Amino acid sequence: MVEESGIRVVRCGGNKISFRAPIISKDSRFLLCASGDLVKVFSTSTEECVHVLEGHTGQVTGVILNPTNHLQVYSCSADGTIRLWDFIDGILIKIFVCGWPIFSIYVSEKHVGIAFITIHMESKKHGENFQLVALHLPKVPEQEVEAREMSAVLCNISSNPGSTAMGRGGEYVASVMGRQLTVYFFKKLKTYRFSLKATDKKGAKNAFTCVACHPKDDCIATGHEDGKIRLWRNFNQKKEYTYSTQHWHHDAVGTLCFTTEGMHLLSGGVESVLVQWHCEEVNKKDFLPRLGGAISHICVSPDGQMYSTSHLDNKINIIHCSLKLSAVIQGLVKGNIWTDLMIDPRTRALVMNGRPGHLQFYSLQQDKQLYSLDIVQQEYINQEGLDQFEVMRAAFSVGGTWLATVEERGRCTSDLESSLKLWVYNEKAQSFELNTTITAAHQDRIMHMCFSPSTETTMLVTTAWDNQFKVWLLGLDSDTQKEHASWSCDYVGSYHGLQPTNCCFSSDGSLLAVSFKEVVTIWSSDTWELLTTLCQPPGPIRELCFGRLSCSKYLLGTTAKNLFCWNLLTCSLEWSTPMDVCLLRSDPLSENVVAFSLHSGNTDLFVFRPSEPRPLFTQKAVCGGKVQRCVFSPREEPLDSCDERFQWLNRSRLYFLTELMELLTFSTKAEDERILNSRKQLLVDDSVAVTPFYLLLGKHRQQQEEKQNSGVSQAADRVQPPQASVAIKELLHTPAHVLPAASFLCSMFVNSLLISNTGSREGKEPAEQVEESEKEEDDSEEEMETHDYEQEVRTQGSVEEAPPLLSKAEEKELRRVRKTDFSWVTNLASS
Amino acid sequence: MGEFNVHRVRFFDYMPSAIRALAFQPQRERIAVARTDGTVEIFNRADCFFQEKVIPGRQQAATEALAWVGDRLFSAGLNGEIIEYDLDNNKTKYTIDAYGGPIWSITSNKQGTHLAVGCEDGTVKLFEVHEDRIQFERNLAKQKGRIISLSWHPSGSKIVAGMMDVIHIFDTETGKLRALAFPSYDLLGTSRSQECVVWSVVYLSDGTIISGDSAGKVKMWDSRTGTLIKSHQVTKWDVLTLSVSQDETSLAVGTSEGHVVQFQFLSMVLGQEDKEWVRTRTFKNHTHDVRAVLEVNTAIVSGGMDTQFVVRPLLDKIDERGQASALRNIQFPHRRLVSCARKAGLLLFQYPGHLELWRLGESEGNGERKRENTTLSIKRKRWIAYSTVASFRLYRLHCENNNVSIIKVSKLPKVLSSANQICFSSDSSHLFVASTCSSVHVAILNQSGCKFVCTLKPKSGSGQAINLLAASEDGKWLASANSDHEVQIYNLNKMKPHCTVPVHSSGVSAMAIHPTTNNLFMVHADQQLTEYSVEKKQYTDWSRQVQRHGLHSLWLERDTPVTNVTFNPKNPAHIVLHDMYMFCIIDQTLPLPDQRSQFYNQLTLRSMPEKERKKHSHAFKMCKIFKELLFVELMEDQSLVVVERPLMDITAQLPAPVRQKKFAT
Repeated sequence: MVEESGIRVVRCGGNKISFRAPIISKDSRFLLCASGDLVKVFSTSTEECVHVLEGHTGQVTGVILNPTNHLQVYSCSADGTIRLWDFIDGILIKIFVCGWPIFSIYVSEKHVGIAFITIHMESKKHGENFQLVALHLPKVPEQEVEAREMSAVLCNISSNPGSTAMGRGGEYVASVMGRQLTVYFFKKLKTYRFSLKATDKKGAKNAFTCVACHPKDDCIATGHEDGKIRLWRNFNQKKEYTYSTQHWHHDAVGTLCFTTEGMHLLSGGVESVLVQWHCEEVNKKDFLPRLGGAISHICVSPDGQMYSTSHLDNKINIIHCSLKLSAVIQGLVKGNIWTDLMIDPRTRALVMNGRPGHLQFYSLQQDKQLYSLDIVQQEYINQEGLDQFEVMRAAFSVGGTWLATVEERGRCTSDLESSLKLWVYNEKAQSFELNTTITAAHQDRIMHMCFSPSTETTMLVTTAWDNQFKVWLLGLDSDTQKEHASWSCDYVGSYHGLQPTNCCFSSDGSLLAVSFKEVVTIWSSDTWELLTTLCQPPGPIRELCFGRLSCSKYLLGTTAKNLFCWNLLTCSLEWSTPMDVCLLRSDPLSENVVAFSLHSGNTDLFVFRPSEPRPLFTQKAVCGGKVQRCVFSPREEPLDSCDERFQWLNRSRLYFLTELMELLTFSTKAEDERILNSRKQLLVDDSVAVTPFYLLLGKHRQQQEEKQNSGVSQAADRVQPPQASVAIKELLHTPAHVLPAASFLCSMFVNSLLISNTGSREGKEPAEQVEESEKEEDDSEEEMETHDYEQEVRTQGSVEEAPPLLSKAEEKELRRVRKTDFSWVTNLASS
Repeated sequence: MGEFNVHRVRFFDYMPSAIRALAFQPQRERIAVARTDGTVEIFNRADCFFQEKVIPGRQQAATEALAWVGDRLFSAGLNGEIIEYDLDNNKTKYTIDAYGGPIWSITSNKQGTHLAVGCEDGTVKLFEVHEDRIQFERNLAKQKGRIISLSWHPSGSKIVAGMMDVIHIFDTETGKLRALAFPSYDLLGTSRSQECVVWSVVYLSDGTIISGDSAGKVKMWDSRTGTLIKSHQVTKWDVLTLSVSQDETSLAVGTSEGHVVQFQFLSMVLGQEDKEWVRTRTFKNHTHDVRAVLEVNTAIVSGGMDTQFVVRPLLDKIDERGQASALRNIQFPHRRLVSCARKAGLLLFQYPGHLELWRLGESEGNGERKRENTTLSIKRKRWIAYSTVASFRLYRLHCENNNVSIIKVSKLPKVLSSANQICFSSDSSHLFVASTCSSVHVAILNQSGCKFVCTLKPKSGSGQAINLLAASEDGKWLASANSDHEVQIYNLNKMKPHCTVPVHSSGVSAMAIHPTTNNLFMVHADQQLTEYSVEKKQYTDWSRQVQRHGLHSLWLERDTPVTNVTFNPKNPAHIVLHDMYMFCIIDQTLPLPDQRSQFYNQLTLRSMPEKERKKHSHAFKMCKIFKELLFVELMEDQSLVVVERPLMDITAQLPAPVRQKKFAT
C-alpha cells in the first residue's frame, strides 16, 4: 500500500468490533475480538485496549482460544491464514497458511492439532456454498507453515459462524442451514439430518438462525426466524429425536450460547435484551434489557464469570454473570450517516450520527467513543418499519460552545415532523445541555445550516426547502425575563421564490453566501441586505465554500460539471474548471481546499488554493466508490514536512468516509515512523527483566529529574489545573491493570495535586500551625503519657542512624498521627 | 351434480358435554371416554378412532374416573357409586355403593384382580374383581382428607395416593400405611397460600412417583427415600392429569391452560444409561381445562372442558404418513342425532334429555319437551318413537295445517322395553326395534295401536348391540349392523335372516338400501365404500371396481366418518353422503378419480368448456360450502336439508377459559 510518494491512505480505526463473536480469556481479564484485520485485546475491567495483534492482511473472521494452552489464541482471516498468538504479550507465534479464505474457525479439546474451518466449496471458489473442513495443523518449528492437509466434514453449510457449533467434548458438530439441522458424529462418522416444515398452520417461520450445543449434556439449542428456541435431544435417532420449543423473542433469534457449566442458555436478538434461560426450569428466565443495538453475538468466559454481548452498533457489553453490566467497549457506530463529519473544537473528537437519535463523539486518536449525546431523547424501539426521529443535521459554533441539531421524522410520508435544537456546552457538567428547542423551524426540511464564525455574535443560518433561509440569534427573551438566553428568529430571507440549498459564512463572518439553484446570493450579515448575486449557469449549485486566511476574498462553488471560483472584491469569476466535484471542503487552519471528484468508479482527490487554479496535490483513485463525507481535523502538534506536496497535511489531517463506510485518512512517512517508534518504546525488552511498571516509573523519574535540573517551577502564582500534571496524566491514561499498587502511587498523586509551596502561602502556613499547636495543647494533658511513649520509641529506633529528613508527605502523616486520639491506650493501661 | 333448494338449519342447539375421564384398554385398543353428563363412549383406536358405542348415563352420577379391568369397564363418580358397564348392550350392568362418600378416583392393578377406590372420607377401598361382580375386600389405613388420585405400582403390592398437600404410599398386602412419604408436600415456590391439591399421581415400575398438583408443578419423587428428585413448573395454573406411556418413557401432562405437555425419559448424554425426565413438546389443542390425557403408543389423546376429543399423533413413532399421522379432533358423535320425515318435511332433533320436532319451510318450531335419557328415535309420517334407557314410547302425530298434536300410544307390546335403534318401514306399517344381542323386534302399526309380530335373530348369534338399522323402500328387506362390524340382512316377507354381508375390518358408520336396485350401500369408518346387492347376495360390480381401483388419498385422509347415506329419488345413480365438513354426491355412472387427478375439481370444471368437462369429471362431487354438518338429507321435493352446528356457537356456550397473557395484546 505504501507508495513512492511517501504518503498513503490508511484506514483509521472505527473497525467493526462486533463482526465476529469475541472471546474472553480464561481468567476473565481480557476480551479478544476481531476488528478489521486486527485482533484487539481489551481489558474487561478497564475497557482499555491492551494489545493489538497485527499481522493479518484480510478481515479477521474468527478468534478462538487454543484448547491446549489458554494463554494462546488462534485467529483466522479471509487472507487464508490461521495465526497463533500469545495475547498476553501480543506476540505472533505461528502462521498456518491454508490458502483459502477462511470464514470461521472451531476447535475442541478432543481434536488436538486440528482446526475446523469454514471455506468455500472447492468446486466454485466464489460461490455461495461453504463447507466445514478439518485442517491438520502441522507441528514444525518454523514460524510460517503450510497447512494443506484437510478433510471435509460437512458440506453445504452456512458461512455464518453462529450456525455451526461443536458438541459436548467435540463428539459431534451441529450445523444449521435453511430449515435443516445437520449433526455429524465424529466417532461413528455418521450424519443425521432433521428438517422442519416450511411453515405450520400459524404461519411460523421455521428457518434456523443459529445453533449452540450444551457443554455437558447432549442437547442442541437452535434459534429460529420467528423467535422460537428449540432444544433438541436424542438426535442420534432418525425418528425418535425430540425437541421442546420455547418462545420469547418476537423476532428472529440472533444468537445462542450455553454457559460453561450448562446451567443457563443465553439468547439475544433484535430486541437487544439478553435472555437467560434456566436449563433446569425451562419456564424461568431472566432478562437484561436495553443493551443497545441488536445483539449479534454472545460469548461466555471459560470460568463462567463474565458474559459478553456484541451489538450491531459496534459495541461489546461485558456483563457479570449476575446479569449486571460491568463494562462497555464502544467502537465507532456506523449506521446511517446524515450529518456532516464534524470535529468538536473542544475535544477534537469526530462527531457524527451514532446510535439512532444520538450524536457520537469519537476520539480519532484513541479509536474509542468518548460519549454519545442523546439528541432525540426518546426511547428507540428496535423494530423494523417504524418511523422514528433521526438526527439529520448538526453544526458546531466556532468555539464549540453551541451545537445545533435538526431531527426529523416522517421523511417518507408527507407529514414531516422536525425540530431544531440548540445545545450549549456546560463547563461544570462537561457536556452539552439543551438550550432551545424550536419545533417546525421551517415549513419543510432543513437542508443546510451553519454558525457565523464571527466571535461577537452567535448566529445560526438555516436553509430549507420552503424557499426561505432563516437567521437565528441568541438573545434574552423579553417576555419571560428568564436569566438564560435563548434563540429566536432574527431574519427570514428569500430570493425570487427559489429553493435555497447551501449557505456559507465568510471567514470573518461579515458575508453570508446562500445559493438558490443556479444563483449565489451574497448578503451582509449586519444589515441583511442583498449585496450581490453571482450566477454561472448551467446547473444548480451543489456546494459553496469561502476561502480562508489570505484567500478569504474567494468564494468557491460547484455544479454538476464545473468548479467555480469567484473573487468577491471584483464580484467576478476568477477561474473555473470543468470537473465533477462531489465534495468540497476547506481547511479551517490554512488556505487549502480539498475537492473530491468521482471519476469512473473511483474518487480522485485534489488539494488546491483558491488563489491559484493549479492544484497543490492530486491523487487519483483514492478509494473506490464515492466519498460520502470528509473533514479536516486540526493536528495537536503540526508536522514539519519539508516536501512541498505534503505541506497541506502539516496543520490538519483529512478524514473521509467512503461508500463502504470506511473511515480513511492520509498518513505521511514521517508519521508512520513516529507511530512505529512509539510502539517500540512501549514494547518490553525481554532481555532485561523490566515490567511495564518499570517503564512507567522510570519515565516518570526521568521527567522529575529533568524538572529538578531545569530549576524551580514557574507556576507559582497561577493555580495549575490538575490536568497539567504529568503524574495524573500518567495515572489516568494508563490502563489500570498495568498500574502499580494504589498505595505506591498515592504519594506521587497527592504531591502532584499540591500547590507548590512558594510566595504568599508561606506567610499563611505558620498561622495554621499555631492554631494547630494551640489545639493540641488543650488535650495534651491526657496525652502526656502517650507522647512520651512515642518519643521513647522514636529515640530507640534512631539510635544508630541520624534521623532522616522527613519529606513533606511524611511530615503531614506525622501530624495526622499526632492528632489522633490515643486516650484508649491509657484506658487500657489503667485497667 | 344438479342444483338444490337448501334448507339451512341452524336451530339445533346440540351441546356436547365436557370430557371428564379417559381410560385405555391396550389389548383391544379401546378408549373409554366419560363425559360430565354421565355418558360413556367407547372409541376404537384401531378403527380410526371410530366411536363404536355410546352408553347413556345419568348426570347425577358425576363420573370422576374410569378403569378397565381386562375387557370390563368400571366407572366411579361423586355420587359414591361404582358402575360396571355392559359393553355388549350399551347399558350399565350394575351399580355398587362404596360407602365412602364421593369417589374421586378408581384404578385397577395391572394383574386385573383388584380395584382401588379413593373416597372423600380418606379411605382407599380395595375391591376384588370376580367373574360377574366386584366384592369389597378391605379398607386401607384411613387418612384425614379426601383421596384425590390413586396409582398402583405395576407389581400390585403398593399403591400411591395423592391427597391435599400429602402423598401416601400404602402396602396393599397389609393394608397399612407403608410410608408417610411426603409429610408436607412442598409448597415452597408457590405464592398461593391455600392448600395444594395433588390432582394426579403415577407410580412407575422403577419406584419413581410422579405427581401433578394445583401449584402447576410436576414433581418426580423417589418412593424409597421419599425425596424429591426434580420439580418442573409446567404452568401457572393447575396440572390436572398425568398419563405415562406403557413403556414408561413418555409422560403426558394436562393443564388447565389447555396445554398438553410431554415429558420424555431421555439419557442426557447419548449412549449412557443415566436418564432423566425432560420436558419436550407442548401441544396446544385445547382452549379449556384438559381434564384427561392418555398416552396411547403412537398418540396422545386428550379431552377436557372444551368437549373436544383430540388425538395428537406422535410422529416419531409412526412410520409412514397416513391416517394414523393425522391430527384428529372429534367434536360431534359418529352417529345421527337428527331424524327426518322426507314427505312431511319434519325434523326431529335428539337432545340428551328431550326431543324437538320442527317443520320445515316455516319459521316456527315445535318444542317437544320430555324428560328422557337418550337413545334412538325415528319417525315416518305419522309416528314418533323413542326409547330411553328404561322405557320405549310410541306417539301418533297429527299434523293438520299448523296444528301439530301428538297422542301417546298407550298399549305397547311388553317386549319393546328398551331399544338401541328404532326404524320404521317406509310405508309406516312396520316398526323395527333393535334390542339386546343383535336381535330386532318387529311390530305392526295400525290405527288401533302396535302389535308385536316376531323377533329376528342373526345366525351368528353375536351378543353385540346393533348400531344401525336400514329398511328397504319396498318393505322387503331390513339390514342391521352391529359393533362387531357384522351386517345382517333379513327378509321381511319371510321374517327370516336372508344373508350376512362379508365382515369388513372396519365398522359401518352409515348405510342405506337403495330404493330401486335394493343394493345396500355401506360406508365404513376407514372411509371405504361398499355396495352389496341384497338380492344377488354379492358385492355389486361398482363396489368391486372401487375396491380394485382404490379411493383417492384425499378421500381417505378425511378424519370424520360419514354419518348418513341417502339417495336421490330423481336420479338413482346418485348417492348423497356427508361427514362433518362436507357433503358429497357420488355419481356411479362416472369414472372413479385417478390418484393423480384433482379431487376437488368443481371449480376447475366450471371454468372449462362443456366438452372438456366430461373428460375431467369423476364420480365424487364434493361440496364444502356448509361447515360443521350434523345432518344432510334430500327431501321428496328435491330440496336439501342441511343441519349445521357451528363450533363457534358451542365455544360461546363454554365457560370462560383461564385468562392468559398473549403477546401484543
